[in-house]
Amino acid sequence: MQPAKAETGTISRLMRVFRGDKNRSELKEFTIKQHPGMVVLDAIHQIQADQAGDLACRWNCKAGKCGSCSAEINGRPRLMCMTRMGDFEPGETITVRPLKAFPVIKDLVTDVSWNYEINKKIKPFTPKPKNADGTWRMQQYEIDRVQEFRKCIECFLCQDVCHVLRDHDKKSEFGGPRFFVRAASLEMHPLDTADRVPMIKDSLGVGLCNITKCCTEVCPESITITDNAIIPLKERVVSRYFDPLAVLWHKITGLPKQPRGGE
Amino acid sequence: MSENTNEGVLTGALATDRKDAWWVGPLLTAMGLGAFGVYSTIRAFANADYEWGPYLSPFYSPLIRIPGLNVSPAFLILWAPAGFRATCYYYRKAYYRAFFQHPTACAVNEIHGHSYRGETSFPFIFQNIHRYFMYVAVLFIGILWYDAISAFFFPAADGTRHFGMGLGSLIMVVNVLLLGSYTFGCHSLRHVIGGKMDCFSCTSFGKVQHKTWLGVSWFNNRHMLFAWCSLFSVGLTDFYVWLCATGRINDFRFF
Repeated sequence: MQPAKAETGTISRLMRVFRGDKNRSELKEFTIKQHPGMVVLDAIHQIQADQAGDLACRWNCKAGKCGSCSAEINGRPRLMCMTRMGDFEPGETITVRPLKAFPVIKDLVTDVSWNYEINKKIKPFTPKPKNADGTWRMQQYEIDRVQEFRKCIECFLCQDVCHVLRDHDKKSEFGGPRFFVRAASLEMHPLDTADRVPMIKDSLGVGLCNITKCCTEVCPESITITDNAIIPLKERVVSRYFDPLAVLWHKITGLPKQPRGGE
Repeated sequence: MSENTNEGVLTGALATDRKDAWWVGPLLTAMGLGAFGVYSTIRAFANADYEWGPYLSPFYSPLIRIPGLNVSPAFLILWAPAGFRATCYYYRKAYYRAFFQHPTACAVNEIHGHSYRGETSFPFIFQNIHRYFMYVAVLFIGILWYDAISAFFFPAADGTRHFGMGLGSLIMVVNVLLLGSYTFGCHSLRHVIGGKMDCFSCTSFGKVQHKTWLGVSWFNNRHMLFAWCSLFSVGLTDFYVWLCATGRINDFRFF
C-alpha cells in the first residue's frame, strides 16, 4: 500500500470479502467500481447495494471517530472508513476480513462484548474530596498525560492485533491494551484516589504483555499505548511487587495508599 | 459456501494477508543483535588489545584486574550493560519478535501454541529487575565519561600525560553521548524520575520533577534510535581501540 496520492478516474477493483460466521466462512470475490476519494467502507457499501444485500458490516460515523468499522484490510487491522482505496496499487486485490481476535457474528461484524465485561472490572474514577472552596483544581501540565488516553475511540483494533488475545486467546487472564489505556487514564489522574495496581497485575494480567508494540502501531488515534500507558503501569506493578527496596519503602511509609503525589 | 468449512479464516504459522515485507524488520533485528552478540563475546574472551594510549575499550571499562584470577576483566563488568540491554523495554520488543517469534510481526499468525506466559513466569519474570540494571547503567555512564575525558590525555615517554586529541578521543566522546542518550531515555528511569507521580503540583519540587520527566520523555521517545546507535558505537569504539592496539592503524592525532 502506498501513501495517499492524487486519484484520477474510475477503475475496476477486485475485492475479496469475508462472508459467513464463526462456523462456516469463505472469501467471496467482488469487482467494484472505484471512484476517486473512496474509502474501503464505501466499497463495502457499494457491494451491499449492488451485489450482496445481506453483507453485514458495522459502521456509524464514517469519520474515524465512532470506532465501529474496524476490520482487517490486507492483513492490517484498520478502520474501513479511514482507509482510502486510492492508497492501494491499481491492480492490487483488497482483502477485507473481520477482527480475528473476536468471534464472528456475521461477515464483517464481530462480537466485541467481552471488552465491555473487562471494562466493568476497572474501578471507576474516584476523585479526592473537594477543596474548601468547593472546587477541584488541577494543572494543565499534569493532566496532559492522561488526556492522550482520552482520545481512545474504542475501535478495539489494539485488542485485535495484540497477540496475547489474537493468537493465544488469553481472554480469561488478560485485559488487553485498550483497558490498560483506560486504567492508565484513571490511575495517573491527579485527582483520582483509587488504587488499581493489584487489579492491573492480577485481573488485567499486565505481565502477559510482552510490549511488542503492535497496539501502538495500529491505533488510529496515535495513542502511544505501549510507552505511555502499558510500560508505566508495568513499572507501577514492579514498584509494588517486584522491587524489594520499593516494597520496603511502602511498608515503612504506608504508601502507596496516599498521597497521590507519588508511590 | 461449503458446509462446515472455515475457508475464510487464515490458519497456519505465519499466515497473513499482509503484502508488505513484514519479515524484513525481525530479520534485520536478528542479524544486528546476533552480530553484536558474536563480536562482543569474541572480544570479551580475547582478554587482550583492549587499551591503547589513553583509550580503553568500553567492553573492559571499568577495568578490574584481580591478581590470580584468570578471567577476562570484561566478564567482571559486562553483566551490567548486558543485563541492562537484555531487560530493556525496547530490546524486549526487538528480541521477542526476532528470536522468540512472539509475534514475528503484527497481525501475522504465530508459530507457537497456547503455552505463552508472557512475563509472568520463569525466565521472563526477571525482566522486572530492569530498574536495578538501570541504576548500575547510570553509574557506568559516569565511568565512561571519565574514560572519555581521560582519552584526551596522552601518556608521554617520561610518564607524564599531555593534553591532546586523537580520532579515538572523539569516538569515545560520541560513544558516551550516545550511551547516555540511550540510558537517560530508559523507561524505568522515566518512572523513577517522575512517571510514578500522579499529581506533580501536590509536592514541593513537583514542577522541577515534571520538567525532568519531560526531559527523560524526550530521550524515551527516541529510545529505539539511541538503543541501536549506542550498540553500534560501543562496538565501533572497541573496534577502533583494537585496531590501534594491534598496530593495524595509527591513531589520527589532531594535536
